[in-house]
Amino acid sequence: MSDTRQQPAPVVQLQDVSLHYGKVRALDGISLDIPAGCMVGMIGPDGVGKSSLLSLVAGARAVQAGKVEALGGDMSSKQHRDDVCPRIAYMPQGLGKNLYPTLSVEENLQFFGRLFGHDAQERRRRIDDLTRSTGLHKFLDRPAGKLSGGMKQKLGLCCALIHDPDLLILDEPTTGVDPLARAQFWDLIDRIRQERSSMSVIVATAYMDEAQRFDWLVAMDDGQVLATGTPQELLERTGSTSLETAFIALLPEEKKQGHQEVTIPPLPEGDGSDADIAIEAKDLTMRFGDFVAVDHVSFRIRRGEIFGFLGSNGCGKSTTMKMLTGLLPASEGQAWLFGREIDSKDIDTRRRVGYMSQAFSLYTELTVRQNLVLHARLFHVPAADIPARVDEMVQRFDLEESLDSLPDSLPLGIRQRLSLAVAMVHKPELLILDEPTSGVDPVARDNFWRLLIELSRRDRVTIFISTHFMNEAERCDRMSLMHAGKVLVSDTPANIVARRNADTLEQAFIDYLVEAGGGGTGVSTSTGPAQQTNHATPDIPQSSHQPPHRFFSFNRMFSYLWREMLELQRDPVRGGLALAGSILLMFVMGFGISMDVEDLTYAVLDRDQTTLSQNYALNLSGSRYFIEQPPIQDYQELDKRMRSGELSLAIEIPSGFARDVQRGSKAEIGAWVNGAMPQRAETVQGYVQGMHQQWLQQQAQERLGVTVASAATIETRYRYNPDVLSLPAMVPAVIPLLLLMLPAMLSALSVVREKELGSIINLYVTPVTRTEFLLGKQLPYVALAMLNFLLMVLLAVTVFDVPVKGSFATLALAAFLYCIVATGIGLLASTFTRSQIAALFFTMIASIVPAVQFAGMLNPVSSLEGAGRIVGEIYPTTYMLIITRGVFSKALDFSDLYASFWPLLVAIPVILVMTILLLKKQDK
Amino acid sequence: MRHLANIYRLGVKELWSLIRDPIMLILIGYTFTLMIYSSATAVPETLHNAPIAIVDEDASPLSARIISAFYPPHFSTPPLITQSQIDPGMDAGEYTFALHIPPDFQRDVLAGKSPALQLNVDATRMSQAFSGNRYIQEIVLTEVNEFVQRYRSATELPVELSLRMRFNPSLIQAWFGAMNEIINNITMLSIILTGAALIREREHGTIEHLLVMPVTPTEIMLAKVWSMALVVLVASTCSLVFVVEGLLKVPIQGSIGLFLLGTTLHLFATTSMGIFMATLARNMPQFGMLMILTLLPLQMLSGGLTPRESMPEFVQNIMLLAPTTHFVELGQAILFRGAGLDVVWGSFLALLLIGTVLFIVSLTRFRNTISRMA
Repeated sequence: MSDTRQQPAPVVQLQDVSLHYGKVRALDGISLDIPAGCMVGMIGPDGVGKSSLLSLVAGARAVQAGKVEALGGDMSSKQHRDDVCPRIAYMPQGLGKNLYPTLSVEENLQFFGRLFGHDAQERRRRIDDLTRSTGLHKFLDRPAGKLSGGMKQKLGLCCALIHDPDLLILDEPTTGVDPLARAQFWDLIDRIRQERSSMSVIVATAYMDEAQRFDWLVAMDDGQVLATGTPQELLERTGSTSLETAFIALLPEEKKQGHQEVTIPPLPEGDGSDADIAIEAKDLTMRFGDFVAVDHVSFRIRRGEIFGFLGSNGCGKSTTMKMLTGLLPASEGQAWLFGREIDSKDIDTRRRVGYMSQAFSLYTELTVRQNLVLHARLFHVPAADIPARVDEMVQRFDLEESLDSLPDSLPLGIRQRLSLAVAMVHKPELLILDEPTSGVDPVARDNFWRLLIELSRRDRVTIFISTHFMNEAERCDRMSLMHAGKVLVSDTPANIVARRNADTLEQAFIDYLVEAGGGGTGVSTSTGPAQQTNHATPDIPQSSHQPPHRFFSFNRMFSYLWREMLELQRDPVRGGLALAGSILLMFVMGFGISMDVEDLTYAVLDRDQTTLSQNYALNLSGSRYFIEQPPIQDYQELDKRMRSGELSLAIEIPSGFARDVQRGSKAEIGAWVNGAMPQRAETVQGYVQGMHQQWLQQQAQERLGVTVASAATIETRYRYNPDVLSLPAMVPAVIPLLLLMLPAMLSALSVVREKELGSIINLYVTPVTRTEFLLGKQLPYVALAMLNFLLMVLLAVTVFDVPVKGSFATLALAAFLYCIVATGIGLLASTFTRSQIAALFFTMIASIVPAVQFAGMLNPVSSLEGAGRIVGEIYPTTYMLIITRGVFSKALDFSDLYASFWPLLVAIPVILVMTILLLKKQDK
Repeated sequence: MRHLANIYRLGVKELWSLIRDPIMLILIGYTFTLMIYSSATAVPETLHNAPIAIVDEDASPLSARIISAFYPPHFSTPPLITQSQIDPGMDAGEYTFALHIPPDFQRDVLAGKSPALQLNVDATRMSQAFSGNRYIQEIVLTEVNEFVQRYRSATELPVELSLRMRFNPSLIQAWFGAMNEIINNITMLSIILTGAALIREREHGTIEHLLVMPVTPTEIMLAKVWSMALVVLVASTCSLVFVVEGLLKVPIQGSIGLFLLGTTLHLFATTSMGIFMATLARNMPQFGMLMILTLLPLQMLSGGLTPRESMPEFVQNIMLLAPTTHFVELGQAILFRGAGLDVVWGSFLALLLIGTVLFIVSLTRFRNTISRMA
């Protein structure tokens, strides 16, 4: 295995390295020495452990078992990682995974430059150098998300190279990029290596044909190393002509089982008549706004033909396919399936077409059998035929063993076969396959192709397939090359090669792309050697070494802060939520949480009908709390009107009421209160009793001329809110709640978003510390929350008419501290959630529940018991509530409230330290 | 016929998807059991441990009697403070109530001078202020009257007021809390489930798959509507029977069948809303934010939490357009007050109307956006 040539010390050494994700084993005891100063390729299909290995070497992922040494030190030591991370550059898998799509090219580069501690001048020089040499200079203002795949990868490379690393790690940098951009990318790498000969480069790739140009290869499969050596050595050892066949030869026996070369019987000549045409498209065009995704595409495909579509990501392949299936109505042009014009409403044509989309898109919640049956039913295969049909598909596509498994538990190759089986279950005459084999290993890919060929030749099924693998394109009967929405050429693969006098299909395509101005990035010029010298290649002084790693760098924190602000500024949804959301919710809560008991509806059932009984009723109607409804006639009506909720209160005055009162014998007035809402019923109860007492006193005075004074009276002084109105009580309580909930949610999302999108990798592999990362993330949201606070206070004073009676400065200071706490809570939540939706709900529960229930919003903390009391005592909202109520309603200032500032001040460092401890500087 | 078959098949598929989604199942289980139980029992009775302080400048047997009348659970055991401590104590929020007994109180009472006690109430704490004030008045006056009675016979008042609480005779908070929570959860879950069912398809790319099959958008939408509505309906019935009636022993006044019929109408409206919101949101987080901004207003302003009549007129009128307003109305009428169809038919009609409009609007939007989702 150790095949190292005479080299200085290897740049990376692995000893017995293993890695598990849950139960899945990604790496299985790998020992490997990677030579320094050369270009090393990791080859193998997706999911064999290449990316895991690279992320371990880059220090992005924590070492679980074994020993990883890079640049002369142990990568499990934090000290060593801090020391070498400025010397390692890591470009993760996926187009622009570590870039920020809403930021422009310039801003992305500035961000990375700041992280590595360059000053403004140095950054300018490096950015100009790098972008000039990669042809990105013209696009400095373009958002990264709007770059083409090839340009994104170039930008990723620039970002990786901005700190002139000694070890460059590239994980599948060319996947999904068109052949021309791919060729340009490798030229660029070669040029950079000429400049910096000491730099080691490790590249992972799934394209075997690319690996030919590397100095040294590591072939991997199933978490293990199959072989290492120069490409030449590997070819010789296996006696193959191409690396792909060499790789298959290196695979263990059981994997190769049944593998044989794919052979394609010739397509029988058709009669050329219209009946023989399966698909025809004429000037098919698709526009999204100004953007032309597909531009006047025309073709004719014969029955039983395998027709290939080749092109980079975003060139319009998928859009064309969607127009053919009727998923997207064409903006212009026409297409026919079996002679019938495509109409998205035409249900019958759909039954003749099978479609398999780019990603695996079957129901992962249904078993293999359920998926097959469901699709058979939806395609209206007669119920009696379904079991037989499902069996047939299972046999043909070899799915017996996994019949009752869920698709998620199956290997990619089998899932691919299942997708095809599902697309075939209704025996369509046309199959439309959108990149069906991406990510599948070569053996499974060959098996898949044998099935396709059988379908085409034996069953005369027309197959329309898109791919970005050259050797797959070669197997098609005819093919089209698409670029930027246009078909550049359409012919048999052999003719295309011949027409261009090229050696390979790839070469022919690059030719066509150059002709179409496909470089498009200004880099096409770099293919000419004359111009190459004009490019100021990054002449970075080799001696310029990084300053020693410091514990806290304002510059790095500022880098994150500035980035976060830009992103926030460009994301209307989040910004909108932050500002409009708080205002909307403040309105809702201000009006919705009302404790006012007013306008109570009541009616009287007066069986007495005397002046006295009417006088009693009149007493009620004079109150501002009650609204009289038409009188009640009988018990039945009373019952019905109370059930409907029309009446909150019903008064019954018995017959003979006046007489009994005159006689001085006991009379009893009945009052029914709607008790459905207990709290409200209690208030009503109090009102009615009060009115009754008042009436009695009034009567006594009128009739007997005496004042029936009670033994003592109680003067109630409602303080701070003399009219006992809901709004002045609610508004100061709502502000702390909203000021907690929304900022916490936003800051939580900001970190989890990076986790979901993958740019969190920048925390793992750049020198930024957790404190810098967190503070940089937090401060923009504190600013936003303060803006929120000002808006809410403004709203309170103007719309709700609740004045700030006390010291505004005190309130603002408290709000500032509280905003730091609130955003801190969000960041804390984001450290242990992985998806945005989880972060959203977790933060909501962790903020609303304690704030509403335990912080004294409705019931004072001192009224609580047990755990609720403890939460209430330590939760910051408790103290913020005291301060807002104090300032708004009680006209207090700092000298009265300073005691409540302490808990807020203590909470800030506590939360920050907890977050730092929980946040991982490496992926696990 | 073929349409019906498709709608049925696709709906069954939704049910399978739900069964295999443990997080959603836990959410459903939690909302209809624990959440209802906890919100029924966690709501404290109106007056619980209300903090009160007393300034006793009389130091007489009567004042001692009054002080000893305040004890848990309604009130905290009152600390005795001086008059100068009232203001800082209330400013700091230590007490909601401060009762001041003036000097010579007992003497004045016995002399028939009807002296006045002063009660300071922190009116920023609305919920305690009102009912606490009433309790304190009652307690103090009872004590004073009993004290006085030992010295002279009281004058009997000629007319009595007999107060009866209908539907919840002893005003137990749990009854209200439990039923209100059921009503809220029905709305919340139906929107989450249907919205999530659509977004899940979109995120997994399966919507694309459906679209190339011989099924129409209407069928896809109806399938989601019926299946998710069924889940919520079954879950809420179980919860009503086992948790609310069984565990919490809340007597349900009206007919559960009628309530479920109303729920069905409501679900028709809310599931359509879920679909509509899922077409607006591009992913789960956006859907989550949208949910928060729609559900909170719906729950707070439709009369479940606080009665509609305490809201400003324009809010009341706007909320007439929301299905929840009518659902809360019919739910409270049937569950709390035992109303029959003769009483609640108006809400049924309103729900049907709103549901139809929402369904048509969402269907139109769904049709227009579905191709862009793929």
